[in-house]
Amino acid sequence: MHGLINRAIECFVRDAYGDDRWAEVTRAAHLGFDGFEAMLRYDPSLTWRVLDAITDTLGKPRDDVLEDIGTYLVSHPNTEALRRLLRFGGVDFVDFLHSLDELPERARLAVDDLDLPRLELRDHAGNQFSLTVHGSYPGFGHVLVGVLRAMADDYGALVILDHRGSSGGTEEISVALVETAYAEGRSFHLGARAG
Amino acid sequence: MEIQALIPVLNALCPMHLVLSATGHVAHAGETLRKLRPADQLVNARFLELFEVQRPRGLSSMQDLRRASGARLHLQFRDAPRTGFKGILVPWQDGAVVNLSFGISILDAVRDYALTSADFAATDMTVEMLYLVEAKSAAMEASRKLNQRLQVAKIAAEEQAFTDTLTGLKNRRALDHVLDRLGDSGAPFALMHLDLDYFKSVNDTLGHAAGDHVLQQVARILVDETREQDTIARVGGDEFVLVLHGLTDPARLDRIARRIIERLQTPIPFEGDTCRIAGSIGTTHSDLYRHPDVAAMMADADVALYASKREGRARHTVFDPEKGTEIAIPTVGQS
Repeated sequence: MHGLINRAIECFVRDAYGDDRWAEVTRAAHLGFDGFEAMLRYDPSLTWRVLDAITDTLGKPRDDVLEDIGTYLVSHPNTEALRRLLRFGGVDFVDFLHSLDELPERARLAVDDLDLPRLELRDHAGNQFSLTVHGSYPGFGHVLVGVLRAMADDYGALVILDHRGSSGGTEEISVALVETAYAEGRSFHLGARAG
Repeated sequence: MEIQALIPVLNALCPMHLVLSATGHVAHAGETLRKLRPADQLVNARFLELFEVQRPRGLSSMQDLRRASGARLHLQFRDAPRTGFKGILVPWQDGAVVNLSFGISILDAVRDYALTSADFAATDMTVEMLYLVEAKSAAMEASRKLNQRLQVAKIAAEEQAFTDTLTGLKNRRALDHVLDRLGDSGAPFALMHLDLDYFKSVNDTLGHAAGDHVLQQVARILVDETREQDTIARVGGDEFVLVLHGLTDPARLDRIARRIIERLQTPIPFEGDTCRIAGSIGTTHSDLYRHPDVAAMMADADVALYASKREGRARHTVFDPEKGTEIAIPTVGQS
């Protein structure tokens, strides 16, 4: 598993629950080290051990934890760089939804050995969308629901999101756009680099 | 066909275009350009008064500009902020159409003018480029942090290491640990302090690679001539300390030292050259003291070593506490 993904999970626990809680997780997962390096690769089983340890430690269902991670990735000040990279995807939320098809390519442009699941957006009538998540990270759909929820907020759009479950190695998310410009949203200037 | 008919097309495809009249004045400016300068500053201004054309050089009239048709123009605003552009000019009837792009000045431009994705044509790769710049900076920053942490870890590991990386012998840190333990245990032992002679001239005349090779050969000799339980440490550039455990017999110590000195005098070939060095040794051992003190013994081994050097190098001296000074036992290599 790419260190960026493990590191994101670690930062989520540290920023949302504190360093002590993270230390607890590393012990419960028998990690044997303090934390992950974003630019190294790790055995995939480590990621699952850490996620199990987090759900145990926090006493929360795994799906909820994954969704919280997704929300954290977009909305926390420490992950502002990632929010900006996602905002480059589109000028409004619908535009952003359409950019998800090229998310793996965008990720590879930034970090060439980062493999993200392939996403497929279908545009139904009446501002209804469905997003299919293909690939090898079961549960990634829940992370994505958190990301979408936070991004809708970021664009000021009002949406209803639903994880429709998984079958045959794919996950399905439904997105109902209630209003594109529901709230002000957060500003995004091309020239304002994340610090 | 009138230029007016073309303007909606130009607006959609090239938001940074300018339509020039026959006199070289701006007749119309695209939407993004109007974000850079107010429309009334652009329209009806003379193109060459708005922009300084840096390449091709010497364009000073509309005729010159029309002759530069198809060439890649490098230009910048004459007033601040002096944003740079790339451009291309196509003559149109008796005037011209110029299309501009930011080129490499884009990073400053998006900041100076608060540009958004909507300011670029749908086919323009600029926003993707900005994404890439930011993504790569973020990735680079992550790598930089990793390198920094690895560097810190490396320094820490080196500080904790007990091995001299060049020779594979113990280092001074390791020696200090061994001596601390010996001082506490009260077990008999001997200390030999070896200093290479003429090593600096090998380094100076044949280079550091030759010097490194010599040190590795010396290390091999020292390992060969001692027992496995003995401790051999490189404690300086060309200084070594040998701790011989359980050995205090002066005759045996002298034999060991002589063999080492003899072998050090054998020329060492290195890449077609021959390195010649020698070694001087000063020795002390725990039987010479009522209460052996490691620090004092190191100092005494030093005194004996300098006696060997004074006596003409390639010698072995055992410290003599009775005299409070040292006796030199001349050995091999007397010249």
